Amino acid sequence: MKNGKRNIFKGGLGQLTIPIVSICLLLLFNLIKGLITKDLSFFSIELVRNNFGNMVLSGNLISIINGASELAVLAMGMTLVTAACGGQDISVGAAAAIAGSMFVKVVKTGSSISGMKVLLAFLAACMIACLFAAFNGTLVAVFKIQPMIATLILYTCGRSIAYWINGGATPTVSSPIISGIGSFIPGVPIPTPVIIVVVMAIIFKLVFHFTSIELFTQSVGINGSAARLNGINSTFIKLLSFIILGVCVAVAGTIGVSRLGLINHETLLLDVEMDTILAVAIGGNSLGGGKFKISGSIIGAYVIQTLTITLYAMKVSSTDVKAFKAIVIIILVVIGSPVVKTWFGKFVGKYFKKNKQLAVKGAE
Amino acid sequence: MKKYLSLLLVGVLAVACMFTGCAGGGGKKGGAIKVGVVNNPPSESGYREANVKDMEAVFSAENGYELKTAYSLKNDEQLQAAQGFITEGVDYLLISAAETTGWDEVLKKAKEAGIKVYLFDRMIDVDTSLYEAAVVSDMAKEGDTAVQWLLSQNLPEYNVIHIQGAMGSDAQIGRTGALDAQFAAGTMNKVVQQTATWDEAEAKKIVETVINSGESFNVIYAENDGMAKGAVAALDEAGITHGVDGDVIVMGFDCNKWALRELLAGNWNYDGQCSPFQAQIISDLIKGNKTTSEKKIINEEKGFDAKTLTQSDIDTYGLGE
Repeated sequence: MKNGKRNIFKGGLGQLTIPIVSICLLLLFNLIKGLITKDLSFFSIELVRNNFGNMVLSGNLISIINGASELAVLAMGMTLVTAACGGQDISVGAAAAIAGSMFVKVVKTGSSISGMKVLLAFLAACMIACLFAAFNGTLVAVFKIQPMIATLILYTCGRSIAYWINGGATPTVSSPIISGIGSFIPGVPIPTPVIIVVVMAIIFKLVFHFTSIELFTQSVGINGSAARLNGINSTFIKLLSFIILGVCVAVAGTIGVSRLGLINHETLLLDVEMDTILAVAIGGNSLGGGKFKISGSIIGAYVIQTLTITLYAMKVSSTDVKAFKAIVIIILVVIGSPVVKTWFGKFVGKYFKKNKQLAVKGAE
Repeated sequence: MKKYLSLLLVGVLAVACMFTGCAGGGGKKGGAIKVGVVNNPPSESGYREANVKDMEAVFSAENGYELKTAYSLKNDEQLQAAQGFITEGVDYLLISAAETTGWDEVLKKAKEAGIKVYLFDRMIDVDTSLYEAAVVSDMAKEGDTAVQWLLSQNLPEYNVIHIQGAMGSDAQIGRTGALDAQFAAGTMNKVVQQTATWDEAEAKKIVETVINSGESFNVIYAENDGMAKGAVAALDEAGITHGVDGDVIVMGFDCNKWALRELLAGNWNYDGQCSPFQAQIISDLIKGNKTTSEKKIINEEKGFDAKTLTQSDIDTYGLGE
């Protein structure tokens, strides 16, 4: 028992220690606050009938896992890019706006909206997102431009491109199929975006299980030239990581658009790139590339969303939200830093040693 | 060789000058009023798109105008364009400036050249003698109109979720002011007041959190249409009725066509206009159909009630598609 505890404190969960501890701290904070104010509504989950006659789950916890879906999907792809290239793609928000615009554009052609057309629209969104991802990837992998500089181009012009695709301000679509993607499928009480995240995570797991991409990506990220000397095509691996991120961007864009059946190129997934990078960092991944854990990034995304919803639930004034968010994130990141971790490990080690000594003394 | 080339160049330039000179003269002979419009690009927003279209429609050749346009989000490019129009010799200069400062020199030059300047949509920090008139929206009045409408609903109590736009923007400050006054006076209760920075998805999250907390509310005051749509999505998922005959009153701003259609369907209750249609007023002033002693002309803006809205209102006042 003691041993197990010590392992956790010493980083027995490995890389996942930081994100899991972070999310536990946030939930604990809400629990304590709930107990003090005798209002535990933060944790209540109810089954309600929505305006379309479906029984659906509702509650803050559902809002958190539902609201973080786009972020979680993007974080998965971003983790790969970070690991392979040692840098981040800051154009994911703009690229998602392009993918979302493409999705709406295809859905809106013709009169009726069928399942087939929605699928086609998603494929079109995937294609355009992968195209732009390949552009970013080529700049990074072939021309060896730093990822942040290379993706700065699309970050700057992406939303204008989305505007051109829209050809107007904010096109809207309404269809049961679209709301099925963005909110609930009739008869299923779980929000569809949550299901999509689970499916994406399973796909990643399967791909890593059956291919060597995970290993190759890590070796390219740790030392590209060494990997190349060992027969790994590092250019291809880097490009591949961007294209996988492209697919994630298309999925995130589609979810984002489907939530409200509206594409606003200016606000769709606004500032999401910074949150995504943060999710990867909170997930315990090195932003310098190398070893990575996708599960960490996913939990990182939920940490950020939990923080946002907590602040909303506390009715923190709108002008202060960002400042509070920053403070909490600084605390989480410092707690997760190697310096504090070693220090904490030593401290715990000492404490248990003392206890042991006491116990031994007691026995004598 | 070089000599001949430069001679040729000079020759071409001279001919070009003559041609433009002729064209200019021809225009005046035809009696068309030359108007130069310096505006933000239509890609800025749905509002701007409608604004640009309106300008092109009113200052058309059929109405006796010769329209020249320049679009930029950058102040220095706008200044250059204005300078260009002055050199070309337009009769009127219409400006919606990207920034409020830096316009003194250009406007003075315009005055010296006898060009009359009208400002639209946005004010500029210059002496009022440098322009004829400014046709602008009054965001605070938009908020007032909306709040007066809300008060006229005579609800037994007002528990308001207030979703704000990007903090510090003109629209946010204006539309927040009137409601803040009600909160301060105690006629309405503030359930929550948060900014969603015009983001639809963020607005949905804010309303979701209120619903989850179990607090009761009966009004959603969103400072634009997109955020109102986000709020309504949250209500729909929680099974709360809204709109005409619903439990919650939904209010938006900007009068996008799709939003007005929501009103017509009875899903929302109110939509406040932010009118991009200043061209007709300016045209009337130019042609002398209308005179004003005021330098600042407030563009009249309506608020639409779902109960009285008609399809023709949507066609006339709706923005976008």
